[in-house]
Amino acid sequence: MRSRLVVAGFLAGAALAASAWAAEDAQNEPLTGVPGDAARGRAVVLSRTLGNCLLCHALPVPTERFQGDIGPSLAGVGSRLSAGQMRYRIVDSTRLNPDTIMPAYHRAEGAVRVAGPFRGRPVLTAQEVEDVVAYLLTLRE
Amino acid sequence: MLYRQRLAWGALALLLAATVGVAQEPIRPDPVRSGRDFQAPETRAMQDDDGANPGMLWVARGRALWDEAVGAARRSCASCHGRADETMRGVAAQYPRVDPSSGRLLNLELRIQQCRGERQDAPVPRFESDELLALTAYVAHQSRGMPVAVSVDGAARPFFDAGRAAYFQRIGQLNLACTHCHDANWGRMLRGDRLSQGHGNAYPAYRLDWQAVGSLQRRLRFCNTGVRAEPHPFGAAEYVALELYLAWRAKGLTVESPAVRR
Repeated sequence: MRSRLVVAGFLAGAALAASAWAAEDAQNEPLTGVPGDAARGRAVVLSRTLGNCLLCHALPVPTERFQGDIGPSLAGVGSRLSAGQMRYRIVDSTRLNPDTIMPAYHRAEGAVRVAGPFRGRPVLTAQEVEDVVAYLLTLRE
Repeated sequence: MLYRQRLAWGALALLLAATVGVAQEPIRPDPVRSGRDFQAPETRAMQDDDGANPGMLWVARGRALWDEAVGAARRSCASCHGRADETMRGVAAQYPRVDPSSGRLLNLELRIQQCRGERQDAPVPRFESDELLALTAYVAHQSRGMPVAVSVDGAARPFFDAGRAAYFQRIGQLNLACTHCHDANWGRMLRGDRLSQGHGNAYPAYRLDWQAVGSLQRRLRFCNTGVRAEPHPFGAAEYVALELYLAWRAKGLTVESPAVRR
């Protein structure tokens, strides 16, 4: 009986931990003390060497001809997600979905065989992430 | 009680094994589609017309090289292999394959290098040299239209497992594995390009962005660079193993070399 209880307890604990992990989807604390700048964020999002977001996402920027459709469209994303939810997804979206194709933009650890110039560096700096969040918040429906 | 306890732990272990094992399971795309299907109509037309396909220039050069006596042995490929259109038919479709004498997994380029160096006593042509690409394209072309048919059992098994692991390994600053684009998202748009299933049956292929014929490993290195990973050197065992996994994945497709790609 006792061993059965232990197993049941373990399973319940695992289920609780899993649901708590799944429920967390926001990072409300900004990464820097400097508020994000939407204009700079727009430049990061469109840049092919920084965010390069159009590779996978569509954006309401009609002058950009080729837009990806691998991730969801970012049109109106400012009405759907809070700043904290955006930050959480941009910093490391594998926390929400371990199999996601979306790169972790502000996590330097855990990457394998990184090419020389990028080694030990995240894709975006903390301030660039804050700027991107500020820009995405302006995309409202 | 003990029995039930064991059952519960067994079930938990199975569940864990299933969760951990999922990403490593070999996956074949369904339906399997050649990279040709993801090209613009003009590119497909160029591939279909031997007179318009620039890759055929490499094949023609390979045909000439096949009969040319080289090295200290003054021996040509034909000295041992005779007519390529007879003896090389279907050979490329079985590569990469394990070389029985060395136990190494060889792709077609490595096999040709081995012949040049060991059997013809000639200088070994460098990777991506015109000579090696021409001979490889010529031999691969003899299998055009034949189904990809590699062996992944017996001696090839450990190489297949290594190739599969490489395919699912996240790499580079962008932290992506082959599977993220070529299993989960083929058919979708990456900016202006439609993601293919990532098959190797085109290669050696003429790529419009290269303005030349290049090997599958050149294409793999380009993918690696794209995710900001350090590419392996040409001929690296990791790439040859990956080529074997890709060929297994391409079951149902035919050899198209020299195909034309964007």
